[in-house]
Amino acid sequence: MWGFLGGQAMFPAAFDYLAPTTLGEALDILAERGDDAKVMAGGQSLIPLLKLRFAQPALVLDIGRLPKLNVVSRHDGRLIIGALVRHVDVERDRTLADNAPIMAEAAHWIADPLVRNRGTLVGSVCHADPAGDWGAVMLALNAELVAKSKAGERVIAAAEFFKDPFTTALKPNEIVTEIRIPIPPGQAGGAYNKLERKVGDFATVAVAVQVEMNGRKVTRAGIGLTSVGPTNIKATEAEKALAGQELTDETIREAARLAASAADPKDDIRGSAAYKKDVVRVFVQRGLHTALGRAQEKRT
Amino acid sequence: MKVTMRVNGGERTGDVEPRVLLADFLRTNLALTGTHIGCDTTSCGACTVLLDGEPVKSCTLLAVQVDGRDITTVEGLAQGGALSPVQVGFHEEHGLQCGFCTPGMMLVGTALLEQNPDPTEEQIRWAISGNICRCTGYMNIVKAIQHAANVKQAAASAPSPAAVAAGGGE
Repeated sequence: MWGFLGGQAMFPAAFDYLAPTTLGEALDILAERGDDAKVMAGGQSLIPLLKLRFAQPALVLDIGRLPKLNVVSRHDGRLIIGALVRHVDVERDRTLADNAPIMAEAAHWIADPLVRNRGTLVGSVCHADPAGDWGAVMLALNAELVAKSKAGERVIAAAEFFKDPFTTALKPNEIVTEIRIPIPPGQAGGAYNKLERKVGDFATVAVAVQVEMNGRKVTRAGIGLTSVGPTNIKATEAEKALAGQELTDETIREAARLAASAADPKDDIRGSAAYKKDVVRVFVQRGLHTALGRAQEKRT
Repeated sequence: MKVTMRVNGGERTGDVEPRVLLADFLRTNLALTGTHIGCDTTSCGACTVLLDGEPVKSCTLLAVQVDGRDITTVEGLAQGGALSPVQVGFHEEHGLQCGFCTPGMMLVGTALLEQNPDPTEEQIRWAISGNICRCTGYMNIVKAIQHAANVKQAAASAPSPAAVAAGGGE
């Protein structure tokens, strides 16, 4: 044996590894061992944690071999994103590009191209890193997560999903098999703005914005924030302030102010709390202007 | 656990603990030390390999995850002793100094040109954005991949020697 010689190789604590090939089998395993298990899809968040030994599960349940979960589809007025759909798939998918352009825009900013070849959207959401990009996008789009267990299935709204850093509403015996995103009936537009120091870094601040319009009036606005609190944050007050309004410089400024006050960032190496709050304000303004333009382009 | 994968075209097996990372499996069990371990934290791309043709970071993959799949490492680029177009590009354009990032850069370049034979400079820079080089400042790496694209295109448009011998061509 050689290779570790002289190195500082990092490797995880020992764990059992199971890679079932049917969902039923996977749910049976979790019913029995869920409390000590971590579910892994692409592993781009979990494996770094295992290597640092921040996570030391007794069992890693690899769902990477489950069938039919790597599909994006459109059903019943919703976009359905399976648990094994990777960031790179989101970047390239035509159905998503046509119905929710914010998705490809956000995917493009996640980590780097190599990580995007492995990491999955659903895995990232379930990892619930407050600096994760997808959480904010899911909050802005009013997405729902479908959680399956041996006992059955339940649907969790994104707004109810994020509880604390790296903590979600998911139970230990559940697997999220898909995320559903409602397709807005009329004109709609979205935008994802992210400030990062370099490719692959987590966001200093990022903001997801979605507006759905009827004529000049906003029927629904969605605003999700990244890296400015203990979880991804839904800027509910700002969303409410926009509903029923026209998007003018004034209403946009007010929504941006409300969203900034919903942010609860901390001082760190990426910037001061005050700076990050102000970036939220600027990104909400910028995002709403972009989203409005995109909604108007899509007028039919 | 027993794992079997195709590595550079040949079937390789090993008996590993589930926690063994693909990078360590390649280097330690298979003695393929062209796959470098740089940061070991999914940041630098020195450990890049192709998984079913797509570049991934082998320090952030378990060997057991790729059971049954196809891996290409830098050792698999040269064919029959002849350098691949991307390797030629790095040689001609001096696309390396210390060489530590080079296997990853060449594999990313190889995968890019498979997908997009005529990339713009912007597309090349985006493709290598997950790979860090601390020597060259990236200029020559970009040129090396451009050189490879040109070599491949010239080879594709020129009549093959066999076709010429058979009186083929236009």
